[in-house]
Amino acid sequence: MKEFSYTITNSVGIHARPAALLVETVRRLSSSVTIRKGDQTAAANRMMALMLLGVAQGDQITVTLEGPEEEQDAVLLENFFRANL
Amino acid sequence: MELITGRPIAPGVAAGPIHILRQDTPRPDSGSCPTTPQRELDRFHLACRQAAEELAGMESAAQTQAGQTGTDLLHIHAMLLEDPDFLETSEELIRNGATAQEGVMEAGQRFADAFSAMDDPYLQARAADITGLAQHVSDRITGRRDAPLPAVPVLLAAESLSPAQLLGWGRERLLGLVLTHCAPSSHTAILARAMELPTVQVSALEKHWQGRQAVLDGTAGQLRLDPDAALLSQVQTFEDNTQEARQPSQFPAVTSDGRKVALLANIGHPEEAGRALARGAEGIGLFRSEFLFLDRDCCPTEEEQFLLYRQVVQAMEGRRVVIRTLDAGADKPLPYLDLPREENPALGRRGIRLSLTRPGLFRPQLRAILRAAAFGPVSLMFPMVSALDEVIRGKALLEECRRELEAEGVPMGPVEVGIMIETPAAALIAGELAREVSFFSIGTNDLTQYALAADRQEAAAYDPHHPAVLTLIGMAVEAAHRHGCRVALCGELGADLEMTEQLLRLGVDELSASPSALPGLRRHIRELDLR
Repeated sequence: MKEFSYTITNSVGIHARPAALLVETVRRLSSSVTIRKGDQTAAANRMMALMLLGVAQGDQITVTLEGPEEEQDAVLLENFFRANL
Repeated sequence: MELITGRPIAPGVAAGPIHILRQDTPRPDSGSCPTTPQRELDRFHLACRQAAEELAGMESAAQTQAGQTGTDLLHIHAMLLEDPDFLETSEELIRNGATAQEGVMEAGQRFADAFSAMDDPYLQARAADITGLAQHVSDRITGRRDAPLPAVPVLLAAESLSPAQLLGWGRERLLGLVLTHCAPSSHTAILARAMELPTVQVSALEKHWQGRQAVLDGTAGQLRLDPDAALLSQVQTFEDNTQEARQPSQFPAVTSDGRKVALLANIGHPEEAGRALARGAEGIGLFRSEFLFLDRDCCPTEEEQFLLYRQVVQAMEGRRVVIRTLDAGADKPLPYLDLPREENPALGRRGIRLSLTRPGLFRPQLRAILRAAAFGPVSLMFPMVSALDEVIRGKALLEECRRELEAEGVPMGPVEVGIMIETPAAALIAGELAREVSFFSIGTNDLTQYALAADRQEAAAYDPHHPAVLTLIGMAVEAAHRHGCRVALCGELGADLEMTEQLLRLGVDELSASPSALPGLRRHIRELDLR
């Protein structure tokens, strides 16, 4: 299991367009990915659940990856967050 | 004329017959054999596939009619349609005895409720998207279809519409929209603006509107039934709705004696940039930043502003974008600013006056504009200037922001500074002001109001053609040109073809008007001879 934290800088948080991008990015990875905000968790391939986390600018989230390629997937995903969220 | 006042959703003016949308529902086949959960699940899956195929088939229509905004929205809807939670909830309900149609509508309702319960107004607006999506699948199951629209383009009235419905009909079938359910941040509203489809939200539709002529003003949020000939001819001049007028012109706006006039577009939302470009705008002459500040509980952040300004700058592909700093005050109150009530808001702390007293509001905007300028040519202008000191202080604050960004190593670009000339005072001291800035932009609506001491409700006295207004414009132009300062005009007078010749003779260098007015304005300028 691989885990990293990220603080959202995007002004509107995980809204529809970034959520769609995130789901597409995660689908290309072999790891299963979950996003945690506070005590709520959502699988990162579920767009509505991601949006319903209500992640806003300044929120800290924890991203957890699990799978044989979790190390390199985590690097890809961290870059994705920095570029889009 | 009967006037219905609603809420503005997408700007622009259109005239035509109202058509209330009807749906045809085929009668259920009562003699069919009893259904089973498996059969209902199959119907549900088939309907989802059909809905997804329909969305996929609209991609090129979305691209032509609404550019990147259109394809992005379509893509989001296609992804929501295959959302595992939405599918699993529907399937679960169907397995437990719901019909396919009941299952998908109930699942849609549950998710819409979950979004409605969110604190963030943006996420609340997604509830309508989910309901629309469930309805789309449900319609594929029941065979319910929208009744065909009349052959002539109409002002379409409906409770709500989905982006897929709009793209399915296409821009050429529609003149404008009258909706009872439509939040300004809903995907339907965003798409209507990108398609340049004037849209108003009203509280209820009346059956007796069907087939009646009306004028819809999406900028003011009004619908006028049975307009008189005078209003109709005004609309015709203002808004040329022919197919020809929507084509980008290959020809620049040059008078027949060879004077080149720059034609730019006024916009209020980033999505309108695409249509401005399609109508041949040489740039954005007025990007009103107010929309960013309205309909919300807190001030927009620098980052949020930067992303939206950059969106417009990038969409304009190297053409100039003039961003007007916040023009708010007691007449357009922002709840989170906690402004004191004013006896006379039009003469109160508006525009630059407000911005200078609220650096916490102003600085993030200036920083966001400087940062957006790293992506293309950007100008800013201060609204409601009435004294030299306001310009000097505004520029000093801009310079401070520039130094801050430099020290922080944040990328930015050069920003040209201009001011709005919309108070008689500014026109009278135009010489002093012109030394401080690169351009003027004349806001004729406010200039008329302040010069004549009459607001627009005072129709008998409010006359933008009044010689006093034209004299003030002439003074500003003359002073500006003496100091090498450009003069643009961005008020409604800019789109008034009766006045174009006179404005050009006064020396106005650039006209900025709503995108839809540009083709007509260009044609008119090409016919003028100023010799």
